[in-house]
Amino acid sequence: MTANRTSAAGANRSRAGSAVTDGLLVGWRNLKRIPRIPELAIFAILQSIMFVLLFVFVFGGAIPIPGGGDYKQYLMPGIFAQTIVFAAATTAIGMTDDINKGIIDRFRSLPMSRTAVLTGRTFSDVIYNAGILVVLILTGFILGWRVESLPALIAGFALLLFFAYRMAWLGVWLGLNVPTVEVGQQVIFIVLFPITFISNVFVPLQGLPTWLQPFAEWNPTSTLTASLRQLWGNPSPVISDSLAATQPILVTIGWVVLIIAIFGPLGVRRYRSMSR
Amino acid sequence: MPDLIAASGLVKIYKSRKSEVRALDGVDLNVPEGTVLGLLGPNGAGKTTTVRILATLLKPDAGHATIAGHDVVREPDAVRSLIGLSGQYAAVDENLTGSENLWLFGRLYRLRSAEAHARADELLEQFDLVDARDRVVKTYSGGMRRRLDLASALIGRPRLLILDEPTTGLDPRSRLGMWDVIRGLVRDGVTLLLTTQYLEEADELADMIAVVDHGKIIARGTADDLKSQVGGERIEVVVRDRASVEAARELLARDAGGDTTFDEHTRKLTVPAHGGAQTLVQVVRDFDDAGIHIDDIALRRPTLDDVFLALTGHATVADDLTADGRPSDGRAA
Repeated sequence: MTANRTSAAGANRSRAGSAVTDGLLVGWRNLKRIPRIPELAIFAILQSIMFVLLFVFVFGGAIPIPGGGDYKQYLMPGIFAQTIVFAAATTAIGMTDDINKGIIDRFRSLPMSRTAVLTGRTFSDVIYNAGILVVLILTGFILGWRVESLPALIAGFALLLFFAYRMAWLGVWLGLNVPTVEVGQQVIFIVLFPITFISNVFVPLQGLPTWLQPFAEWNPTSTLTASLRQLWGNPSPVISDSLAATQPILVTIGWVVLIIAIFGPLGVRRYRSMSR
Repeated sequence: MPDLIAASGLVKIYKSRKSEVRALDGVDLNVPEGTVLGLLGPNGAGKTTTVRILATLLKPDAGHATIAGHDVVREPDAVRSLIGLSGQYAAVDENLTGSENLWLFGRLYRLRSAEAHARADELLEQFDLVDARDRVVKTYSGGMRRRLDLASALIGRPRLLILDEPTTGLDPRSRLGMWDVIRGLVRDGVTLLLTTQYLEEADELADMIAVVDHGKIIARGTADDLKSQVGGERIEVVVRDRASVEAARELLARDAGGDTTFDEHTRKLTVPAHGGAQTLVQVVRDFDDAGIHIDDIALRRPTLDDVFLALTGHATVADDLTADGRPSDGRAA
């Protein structure tokens, strides 16, 4: 966060430089809030742990893994993916809340970079999700989940964060397009539930109707989960020899880039058109 | 001196499926540097819409506006570095402390970190928030929030301060405190655009008042100019017996020499009194002589309420909702 020594208005600071500084400032502000509303993080973590316990101990026994394998080992990568997908809700609600509370108006009346509110939000939400993932990974270890190697764990973690960045941009766009937090919550879960549940997160795709299988297989949540399972040596049954099944990491990266390329500009455009 | 704010023909239309609301219908404004303009009007009159256009938050559908020569639509960044905005709803971050809020806004206003800290300390001192500086804003009272919001608007030493209903929702004591703060800023030479639905507030703080109703400016002038439009002082008498109303009316007509109005409900007779206190003395004597009992008698200056009523034909409290059911003057964007 360096500013050139310039006039009071910092006029000489480059546009790109100030966009980064402003983005970091907005991100700082978002992160400052987390320990002050600890309930948000606590319940996000508890929700994921609840899914783990529910599926391992209640449903897991009824879900056979094709090709064999322990359901717990199968489930954990899916739980991480699901947590990251749901994180878009937090982003969207945070965005809507800022608009309704007038903070966004304050930002828009300042001579700051016009994309900083969005880049700051997506940046801070990735950091926030990284924290939540660390807690969940530790919980997984305690429950007996294992990965093949530390480098694999780090690579998977990086992929999760990359994916989290994509979900944050989706969340920002959603948050900018709903009128109130309450409506936001409804809309977001209608969007997020199919993305989460029509996937290989909880159940192997073999059990799905054939017409639904291609959607579930190419669903970014599935490709992310399959990537993690492959990286970590957890059971990863495939249903076809499509690219999504054989090269899930590549497909996941493709998805992330594509979604950001679409929803990034859409979000920025929406943010700028708030003055209409 | 050139005008700091120059706006002409501002039009803003909010469309919805069924209806079209002309929130602004050709507003012209000129505010010379160093003066205070009070934009006075009921809810839904178009005050906030005007403010949002001048603060670059909203684009007008027609007309144009400049702040210190910079067009609000074409050069928003230049305008933003000149203005400080404090809105109707305290737009500070509830989960940051007072000093964190100010530092953040200072940094975003392009101050260096040390400068932002120094300026924040100065403002916390000025707005009597030193004791609360490290508390999260969530724990602040309404008045403290407003003061912090105002301090946030001042962080970059703006040439133009825009205050949108700065005291709406405050208790009377906090309101008086806020007035003192605003008067102090004006003394220091800041140019101020203030919106209010309180006539008293415009009277107290503004050099010039523009009365807005249904998206149009229907009158402008100093508070005294406006008051003189509805005549000078008046005498109000509340008679004890309804039976003596006619006698009282005749007496008033003779002493004050104007048309008397009578309000059935309050038994109050009102008459313009061009002779001021002298007329009042005469009226009291004559009522006494005639044996007319009175419950109350007063010489009253016209308030801006009277002005408003005279200008618009309706009182200042208007419907809160526009045709499409949206909070009218508010944050429709």
